[in-house]
Amino acid sequence: MPQIVVEGLVKTFTVPERAPGLWGAVRGIARRRVRTVRALDGVSFAIERGELVGYIGPNGAGKSTTVKVLAGILVPDGGRCEVAGRVPWKQRIAHVGDIGVVFGHRTQLWWDLPVVESFDLLRDIYRVPADRYARARDAMIALLDLEPLLDVPVRQLSLGQRMRCDLAAALLHAPAILFLDEPTIGLDAVSKLAVRDFVKQLNREHGVTVILTTHDMDDIEALCTRVVVIASGKILSDGGLAELRAQVTRERWLTVDLVDPDAALDEPGATVIKRDGHRACLAFDPQVVAPAELIRRVTSRHAISDLFVENPPIETIVARLYAAHGGPV
Amino acid sequence: MARALQPYAAVVGVRFRMLLQYRAAALAGLWTQLVFGMVLIMIYEGFYRSSTADVQPMAFPQVASYVWLGQALLAMLPWNIDRELHAMVRSGAVAYELCRPVDLYGLWYARAVAHRTAPTVLRAVPMVMFATVVLPLVGLDEWRLEPPVSLAAGAGFALALGCALALACAISTLVNITMLWTIQNDGVLIIVTSVVSLLSGLLVPLPLLPDWAQPVVRWLPFAGVLDLPYRIYNGHIAPDGLPLVLARQLGWTLALVALGRWWLGRGMRRLVVQGG
Amino acid sequence: MLRGALALYVHYAKVSIRSQLQYRASVVMGTVGVCMITATEFIAVWALFDRFRQLRGWTLPEIALFYGMISISWALCDTVGRGFDSFGAMVKTGGFDRVLLRPRSTVFQLLAQDLVVRRIGRLVQGGAVLGYAIAAGAIDWTPGRVALLAGAIACGICAFLGLLICQATSTFWTVEGLEVWNAFTHGGLLMSQYPVSIYRSWFRGVFTYAIPLACVNYFPGLAILGRPDPLGTPPVLGWVAPLAGPAFLVVSLQLWRIGVRHYRSTGN
Repeated sequence: MPQIVVEGLVKTFTVPERAPGLWGAVRGIARRRVRTVRALDGVSFAIERGELVGYIGPNGAGKSTTVKVLAGILVPDGGRCEVAGRVPWKQRIAHVGDIGVVFGHRTQLWWDLPVVESFDLLRDIYRVPADRYARARDAMIALLDLEPLLDVPVRQLSLGQRMRCDLAAALLHAPAILFLDEPTIGLDAVSKLAVRDFVKQLNREHGVTVILTTHDMDDIEALCTRVVVIASGKILSDGGLAELRAQVTRERWLTVDLVDPDAALDEPGATVIKRDGHRACLAFDPQVVAPAELIRRVTSRHAISDLFVENPPIETIVARLYAAHGGPV
Repeated sequence: MARALQPYAAVVGVRFRMLLQYRAAALAGLWTQLVFGMVLIMIYEGFYRSSTADVQPMAFPQVASYVWLGQALLAMLPWNIDRELHAMVRSGAVAYELCRPVDLYGLWYARAVAHRTAPTVLRAVPMVMFATVVLPLVGLDEWRLEPPVSLAAGAGFALALGCALALACAISTLVNITMLWTIQNDGVLIIVTSVVSLLSGLLVPLPLLPDWAQPVVRWLPFAGVLDLPYRIYNGHIAPDGLPLVLARQLGWTLALVALGRWWLGRGMRRLVVQGG
Repeated sequence: MLRGALALYVHYAKVSIRSQLQYRASVVMGTVGVCMITATEFIAVWALFDRFRQLRGWTLPEIALFYGMISISWALCDTVGRGFDSFGAMVKTGGFDRVLLRPRSTVFQLLAQDLVVRRIGRLVQGGAVLGYAIAAGAIDWTPGRVALLAGAIACGICAFLGLLICQATSTFWTVEGLEVWNAFTHGGLLMSQYPVSIYRSWFRGVFTYAIPLACVNYFPGLAILGRPDPLGTPPVLGWVAPLAGPAFLVVSLQLWRIGVRHYRSTGN
């Protein structure tokens, strides 16, 4: 029995429009124009307990709409949704007591308060028994290295520090499901790694189901075994990373560092997609030209100082998927 | 000349456009003030109806006009701080103002003018229409805003109103200048609000204050912002009293402008020395 | 469960006060300032009585009772009602989503979230004005009247809170026309500072039957003063009418529920 079931979700919004300029503003006094947007157009998927799912899509695709429906904030126009046996928007208070949500753009902590006081207030809001709270809090402090931050007002924290505190805050009541919305946005490299390690540990060792919406494909590659791609309210792809790649292209990339930057590269079965000084990148289909064969040909014809073969970065894959669907919104 | 006025005109235009965007807010604010005006007039009506044969310093119809003018021209009162300036001073960006090729006091004063004229015009026109046209139509003739008692009174009012605007902006710019000393100028604002609301005649028409207070309030600058021009309008001050009114208003304006210019200079120097 | 809610409310209050006390000077100045501004408002009332002596048969100490009662009600409502008063800003920034993500009633969270210390300045002024009314000997005190005074003030808080909740509910549909409500909150406050018998009947009607400010102030005030109503209503009304305040609050809470439902179906 999957923990999260979503079937045929439909949601439409009406958006008001404003004409520009002074004359537009005066005219706006008399008349208002609206536009309808289909944010969700028959979205279906199921998530088992303990999965770590990446949920990606271009801006306006319907990601945050889906998350809001799953969190119980938004009521859909049609379709079915069940989270841990409950309909999120019908049993709001019971449902939100069992989930954690972290927004990358907004903190849920109290701005002027030391971090630990925010934690204490959340304990009372979520009615966490004192001993369970102490254990959870201490575990979070240890895992996320929060000890030096506890007495610092939230407004004085750096973005990376705040995100770690927000993660801890969302987990103090030991929810079974965690929603992460752009958790690594704006973070420096060290903080990003810390957040990713934490999320991975949370999922692997503690079995917390994690749904991650992000634009950062490194997050996806580092964390997710399963990726759901949504665009214009429809699911384009749902499965492992390898399947996602295969769905878009079989292409592999061979990157070489040429000794002679002006050498002419012309190989049948391979296309030069990038050239920058000494570095050149060739795209090829491994079923037309075997990687070993291509490498042999290139190295025999040119002097090479370095080379590597890789899959196209997930960004490229996803961008092609969006473009094939009809362009990003 | 037009080119010199361009930055100032631009500030006013931006303000107009911003206010037009918030049409619902404008209508809502208008509605609130209409209700306030009616409540105030009913209160005065109550006082006047229970008044004995003593002749009061001002007749009820004059009070009604006074109240409506007060509501219509409320935006002119010098009791707000300029939020954008506040943010600029707070961030230290105000130091960049010194790099601009315009007179700093002049620019701040122009901002004060913009912040007063745009909302006042947008609010006063519908309020005056309501108070002069709608009220008689619904049978509340005794509450209406009467036209000026004579052409001379009307012209005098226009002049006095212009000077009132100049004076109000001088006071307002002074309030903004205090920000250079203390960014948390809640204290100044509170004092200014309570003082202005009482001594300008907004809370109570000044002639209705106790007799012993009259000589004091008449000479303070605040009377010139509201009370003096309104009493030209409703005839409480005869047209031959106009020169004295204008003299009081302009006298205070010049004094406060001079004070403001000097103070701003000191404030900016202090800011630059302290490093913002 | 109620005890848990009370404990949480106290926790929120402590947090809010501590947060404001970080800017100690500002809080003190703000409180004194509100006190000063409201004192100036009463000076205006005093000045009018100094000149006119009486208002349709009402004397200054009697006015002070109505004035003091409604000021205290509004001050207390204003102190706890910030969450609803500034709800427009919360909706605009999406902060209400976070409220919906917490396992507590939305009304409770909004009531608990901000205790604005400086609005106690108006409480001080209202208390002083009421104290003047008491000291001027206008009232013949009985235990019943003392209870009625406390009850009327409490019902007044309910009425004003109901208004703030209605105001906040309207932001679910439009964030722009909010000031409309100022006519009822601040306008209602101004109006209630005087006995409503001085106003025109149609105006009285609005503030008795639609927004029951007269019910929580004028009628109980009459009973406390032991004065018959110049409008001729039965004296028992003074003891019963204040209940219109909590009733109004209940109605506004229903409207709030409808508003939240609308928000959750149309998104941000």
